Amino acid sequence: MSILILSLATLVTVGAIAAIILFIASKKFRVFEDPLIDRVEAALPSVNCGGCGFPSCRAFAIECVHTESLKNLVCTVGGIATMKEVAIIVGKDSGILRLPVAVVRCGGGCEVRPLTNRYDGVNSCAIVHNLYGGETGCTWGCLGYGDCVLSCKFDAIHIHPKTKLPEVDDDKCTSCNACVKACPKSIIELRKRAIKSRKIYVNCVNKDPGDLIAEFCSVACISCKKCLEACAFDAITISGNLAFIDSDKCTLCRQCVRVCPTNAIVEVNFPGRKNQQETIEEVMNPAN
Amino acid sequence: MRTFKMGGIHPQEYKLSAGIKIQDADLPRQAVIPLGHYLGIPSNAVIAKGDTIKVGQLIGQAGGHVSANVHSSVSGIVNRIEGAFDASGYKVPSVFIDVEGDEWLESIDRTREVKRECTLTPAGIIKKITESGIVGLGGATFPTHVKLTPPPGKKAEVLIVNGVECEPYLTCDHQLMLEKGEEILVGVTILMKAIDVNRAVIGIENNKKDAIALMQRLAKTFEGIQVVPLQVQYPQGGEKQLVDAILGRQVPSGALPIEVGAVVQNVATAFAVYEAVQKNKPLFERVITITGKSMAHHGNYRARIGTPLISVVEQAGGIPEDTGKIVAGGPMMGRALSNLDIAVAKGTSGVLFIPTVESARKQMQNCIRCTKCVVVCPMGLEPYLLMTQSERSMWKEMENERIMDCIECGCCSFTCPSNRPLLDYLRLGKTTVNKIIRNRHARK
Repeated sequence: MSILILSLATLVTVGAIAAIILFIASKKFRVFEDPLIDRVEAALPSVNCGGCGFPSCRAFAIECVHTESLKNLVCTVGGIATMKEVAIIVGKDSGILRLPVAVVRCGGGCEVRPLTNRYDGVNSCAIVHNLYGGETGCTWGCLGYGDCVLSCKFDAIHIHPKTKLPEVDDDKCTSCNACVKACPKSIIELRKRAIKSRKIYVNCVNKDPGDLIAEFCSVACISCKKCLEACAFDAITISGNLAFIDSDKCTLCRQCVRVCPTNAIVEVNFPGRKNQQETIEEVMNPAN
Repeated sequence: MRTFKMGGIHPQEYKLSAGIKIQDADLPRQAVIPLGHYLGIPSNAVIAKGDTIKVGQLIGQAGGHVSANVHSSVSGIVNRIEGAFDASGYKVPSVFIDVEGDEWLESIDRTREVKRECTLTPAGIIKKITESGIVGLGGATFPTHVKLTPPPGKKAEVLIVNGVECEPYLTCDHQLMLEKGEEILVGVTILMKAIDVNRAVIGIENNKKDAIALMQRLAKTFEGIQVVPLQVQYPQGGEKQLVDAILGRQVPSGALPIEVGAVVQNVATAFAVYEAVQKNKPLFERVITITGKSMAHHGNYRARIGTPLISVVEQAGGIPEDTGKIVAGGPMMGRALSNLDIAVAKGTSGVLFIPTVESARKQMQNCIRCTKCVVVCPMGLEPYLLMTQSERSMWKEMENERIMDCIECGCCSFTCPSNRPLLDYLRLGKTTVNKIIRNRHARK
């Protein structure tokens, strides 16, 4: 009997001492943590994708609470809605109004960029890129094995069955940058999102001189500089035989699209216009 | 008979073009001489459009330490300097020359007699080799003068000459040994003098008995040169494998053969050194093998650098009907070509036509953990593990598993019963890890 009492007493005493130590420690070493962090974290999607540039959602939440302005912070998964929620919680202005969107800059589909050889190895752009220039005469353009499709966690990018080129679903794209990193040819770029997902961009990344590339692809940028002259807003620059449209300066006036002789500059989600139709007809029937 | 200890395979040899005399390839109408090198920095063009040039004239100055001079292989007028596809499937800067006649520089000694005595100092020899643009002709085209200048504190003890030619099909080195044996041996003595060693060992695989007999007979008249027959085993032509086979010394991971006192040079390189030093002839031609099972006429051709492959192939009888893949180099390490308009480069050892049935890739299956790839890996790596890591982009782990030791010999893919594309993934990992390491050094 005495053994039972003794052991019980020992247990209770040890427990009590431990409780006291823990109580003192918890008071003395208490770290104050802003309760806002937990609330912000709860508002975030908790997928820890790293698209925001921080290692986890919690790290992002801490930054949101401690930073002075939310201007450069954006949760790519949650998007505008989440950032607005976060802004309300922390009581600061949410800076970003529109997230950029991924744009695939290659128009070399099967019809305009014919195959010059056949590849039968592993279906991976990274491996093909490492091995050789690709199945067409253009060593810059899309390889079409879909590393970008695999990298997308939001089902926003798919290979078009006809052109065999990737297409981005603007509504689903969260601008997480994963496809940009996955593309070994650096074709995909994040561009500013405009009203109604309207876009004007150079649909080509080839840097070979125009006379060389025209042989292999009929929609390549041949650096003829016509767009440079047509642009009234200095939005276009040409470097290394390739035109580039700065989406910050572009006013979507479509002058460059009209003058591009190879249709390398494309407009997306614009309403059809009469002039454009005429130009296409002229091209189709040069006799008229 | 000696061979290397770790791994290796013995694929069927198919030396179909063995014993066929080296013929001169026809001069092309237009030569496309690449200024880029497989490894290292491209050379800078020193001529301009419209210049008239002679055979052997310098057209590209080495662009850095790991780079080599480029000389014209033809005489004529420079048409343009522009990017042209090479065996890598990418464009490299190249000089296009419209060929007119065949006018050589007067300084080149075109006589045939063998000149044995070399009066140059070691530094003079290395200078001559640098000027002549000589690179390793085994395939990697590493500049020879860099190999002959060991890092401070290291001293070579023995020169190893690679006459192994372990790749199936290829016979260019074999034929060169049979026809230019004495010249090669003079080249070896010159190389020995350049690195100040008194011993050289020529390793030749035992499937080239005529070459072994000839070289052994010739070597008796030279001091310090020994010819060693080696058991047939792929990839014995790899530097580290050859050092192991001949000296029994293992080169540590990440180090060069000089670490164990050896300098390795190819027989074709030794011949090029002989021509440069004794005959004042820069490197502008090499022997290439044109072969394949469906080919009617196999052959070994002495082709000028810059000759389009198609012109040599047509001289050999054209592209055979049953061709699934055309490979530049041997079947194990060669690269499949996307077209035949590319030019003969310093590292081109041959053109191989593979029939359709053999060239088709087989259906890939799951890894069954049989570890055959581990057994055959001559560098002691674990290819199955590296492939998985490469698939999952685990670059840091791959670096720890010593992916940079991979010599891309392809033994793992060759032996895999599940037809897994191990080499493709290993190559991807190697290039990616290499980039990461370079960036790390650049940041420091």
